[in-house]
Amino acid sequence: MCGATEGGLSLDGIDVAKEAIIQGRVVRGEEPVGNAYVRLLDRTGEFTAEVPTSATGHFRFFAGNGDWTLRTLAPKADPVDTAVTARKGSVAEVEVAV
Amino acid sequence: MSRENALVSADWVEEHLDDDSIVLIEVDEDTTSYDKGHIRGAIKLDWTTDLQDQVRRDFVNKEQFEALLSERGVGNDHTVVLYGGNNNWFAAYAYWYFKLYGHQDVKLLDGGRKKWELDSRELTDATPTREKTSYTAQEQDHSIRAFRDETVAAIGTQNLVDVRSPDEYSGRLMAPAHLPQEQAQRAGHIPTAANVPWSKAANDDGTFKSDEELKEIYTEAGVDWSKDTIAYCRIGERSSHTWFVLKELLGQDNVKNYDGSWTEYGSLVGVPVVLGEEKGEA
Repeated sequence: MCGATEGGLSLDGIDVAKEAIIQGRVVRGEEPVGNAYVRLLDRTGEFTAEVPTSATGHFRFFAGNGDWTLRTLAPKADPVDTAVTARKGSVAEVEVAV
Repeated sequence: MSRENALVSADWVEEHLDDDSIVLIEVDEDTTSYDKGHIRGAIKLDWTTDLQDQVRRDFVNKEQFEALLSERGVGNDHTVVLYGGNNNWFAAYAYWYFKLYGHQDVKLLDGGRKKWELDSRELTDATPTREKTSYTAQEQDHSIRAFRDETVAAIGTQNLVDVRSPDEYSGRLMAPAHLPQEQAQRAGHIPTAANVPWSKAANDDGTFKSDEELKEIYTEAGVDWSKDTIAYCRIGERSSHTWFVLKELLGQDNVKNYDGSWTEYGSLVGVPVVLGEEKGEA
C-alpha cells in the first residue's frame, strides 16, 4: 500500500498525490498471466473499468477513495474476485492468483 | 437492423477467415494491441490517427475516409467485421462511424478481442497485404449523430442515456478508472439523463445480453420507447456500444450517438449539470 514496489509497475509521470491507484499483477503459479482481463467493480458490484494485463501480467486503475472489487478473467480459469481499498495519494498493490 | 444482421460469433469468424468478401478490422483504445497479435487476416484502424481530424476536434471528412479505406483495401461491397478490446467499445465506435459514412454491410464480432482471447483462439502477428480499392463514402448520416445543441434541447423532452459508470455519472470520477482522473471540465451529468452503464448490456466475457434482457434493462431505467434517444459517455465510444444495442440489436428507430459527450458538454459555459445519483429536473 505504498509507492511502487520492486518489480511493480513504474509510476514515472504519474502524479500519485492526485490519484487513488490500484495496481498489481496476475499470476498462475510463478508465471505472470499476460492475457488476462481485470475488471474494477464499485462498492455495489457495478462495473467501473477493465484492463487487459500487460505481457508481464501487470494492470493499473485510477480509482477513487473507497472499497472496490477486482474481478479477474483469464483463459482456462474461473473468475477470481479480490477486495481492495483505494485512497487518494496512495498505491494499493494487489497480486491475483488464477 | 437486427441481431442476425449486425452481430457475428467467434465461431462464425473462424469459419470465414478465408472468405475474400469479408474484411476483418481491429480497432482498440490501446492502439498497440493489434501489433501484439490479432485475428489472422485482420487489418487495423487507429481511432486516434485514422478516424480523427488531426487539427480540430472532429472526424476525418468524406474524402479522407474514402482515401483511408481505399488505401487499406476496403471496398464498398465488402462485409466489414469489426472487433477490438475494451468489450468492443472502439469497434462499436468504428461500426457507428462506418454507418455514419454509409457503409452497407458492417458487423460486430460478439465479445470482441476479449472473448477471442479468453477462448484461447489463434492470434497472429502477420500483417496482411490487401489490394487497394476505390472506395466511395456517402455524406455523413446525421440521423445517427447528435451535436451539442440538440443534446441541450433534448433535456426533459427526449431519452438521454448516460452510459458511463455510476461514479462518473454522479461526479465522483471524471474518466473511466483505467485513465488518469485530472480533467479540465466539470463533473456530473446532463439533467434528466438516465444512467445505464454500457456494461449492463454485456456479459463478463464481453458478449451482448439477449434482446429480452436488454429491453428490460433500458425499460427499468426509464427509457420511453416512444421517444427519440441520445446516448452519450465521455468521448462517444462507450455510447456507440449502447447506440449499437438500441439501434442495431433492439431496432429502435431514432437513436443518436452524441460523440462530443461529456468532454464537450462538461466544458460548455452555462449549461445545466446535475451532481449525484438523481437524474435531476429539466
